[in-house]
Amino acid sequence: MPRSTATLPAGSILHAHKLYKGFTLHNQGGIHFPVLQGASLAVHPGDCWALTGASGSGKSTFMRSLYANYRTDQGEIWVQHQGEWKNLTTCEPHEILEIRIYTLGYVSQFLRVIPRVSALDVAAEPLIDSGVEVTVAQAKVRSLFELLNLPSRLWSLSPTTFSGGEKQRVNIARAFAVNYPILLLDEPTSSLDAANREVVVQLIQEKKEQGCALIGIFHDEEVKSRVCNRAMAFSLNEEATISG
Amino acid sequence: MNTLLDVQNLSKAYGSVQACDRISFSLYPGQILGIIGESGSGKTTLLSAIAHQTPSDSGQIIYRNSANQILHINQISESERRQLMRSEWGFVRQHARDGLRMKVTAGANIGERLLDIGQRHYGRIRAESSEWLEQVEIPGHRIDDLPGTFSGGMQQRLQLARVLVTRPRLVLMDEPTGGLDVSVQAKLLDLMRQIVRSLNLSVILVTHDIGVVRLLAHRLIVMRHGKVVEQGLTDQVLDDPHHPYTQSLISATLVP
Repeated sequence: MPRSTATLPAGSILHAHKLYKGFTLHNQGGIHFPVLQGASLAVHPGDCWALTGASGSGKSTFMRSLYANYRTDQGEIWVQHQGEWKNLTTCEPHEILEIRIYTLGYVSQFLRVIPRVSALDVAAEPLIDSGVEVTVAQAKVRSLFELLNLPSRLWSLSPTTFSGGEKQRVNIARAFAVNYPILLLDEPTSSLDAANREVVVQLIQEKKEQGCALIGIFHDEEVKSRVCNRAMAFSLNEEATISG
Repeated sequence: MNTLLDVQNLSKAYGSVQACDRISFSLYPGQILGIIGESGSGKTTLLSAIAHQTPSDSGQIIYRNSANQILHINQISESERRQLMRSEWGFVRQHARDGLRMKVTAGANIGERLLDIGQRHYGRIRAESSEWLEQVEIPGHRIDDLPGTFSGGMQQRLQLARVLVTRPRLVLMDEPTGGLDVSVQAKLLDLMRQIVRSLNLSVILVTHDIGVVRLLAHRLIVMRHGKVVEQGLTDQVLDDPHHPYTQSLISATLVP
């Protein structure tokens, strides 16, 4: 076990080591589901990993664990954060918050916002949190909104009433505006039309070229085959296998 | 990063009822800590014990003030505590009537806090009061009206202005959105979020509303029967609840 950071894979930026994670449903008879059983992954800058497998095989649990959204039962998640290795499974809450501001981005399928806050402000928030000036952050978001063909009449409105595809583009702009070294993508094109899917493919390619490491779940086979150069396959009740 | 507040093994009993049972947590600058739990879980007692309005039976409340001094809240004198409450700490009550002075005008409600911290220039106090009214979206011409003539949402925003005018570093909030219409809640939440960010406030937010903590809180503590049953980042606790009580609390929520 890499208890010391010296044994972490050279040149990698994220290393998940033997993750175990199960869920116990206390209100449904205490039933326990083991989901991750020793999943490991080493990620290098410029890689785009596809997490693949059937529904319930653990790919989503794995990705949420990498964001420290799910708390793992066992294992280590080492992340290069501002030149230092940090183990997310032992970090204090305020350390995880900081890692999420500067290092680890996440394109969620959900957009939970306070009604009344405009799409522009919602999308610029993470960039502003990372220390970028408000006007600069808003300009960056406007250019992403334009690229993603989000009609400008929507920018000043709250995304609460947006369609699925519009919300998804706000989420994409929110995460892609920041130069995260690691970006997690949860089905980033699921609600998009062909033209906007193409824009997202281009955005992902650009991130890869800039040395960003991406890890995603892509149900769209075409998008997956175009952007991903590595794959980690999950199957029910078995350890994940790595290919590519 | 230094902690702003450390609560260590805080306990308070009412007779045989243990309202707070060895509660410990740390709060960092700029963080919003949500405390959720059903009625009677001890969350309001905890808030009031932290402010020493309900003296605790045992435990420590350690605060680092703006001069970087370490203060033990339950050991300092009553006047030091009062001074702290007027300047660096603020308390937002669930019922605006408990946090406002209903017999003086809106402007005076805000100005009074400035007088408390030693401001004496009437014109400046009035100017700052009207700035804060604007900040919390109360029309400026209402400055000389009594709070009793305001709607519930306006009263709650006025209370927020009264508390924030002294630029506190730590704000304790007890169900600040309770009893407000959903549309009015959104306005208050948005204001709270903006002000917390611009003033780099730390907040302890007691609520039973999971939607409110989801949108506002960085971290979450779940209380039941006076004990902390679970804590973590807000998204961890709400998306991956471990404790049976947290699981039932979240599964009972319509839109978690």
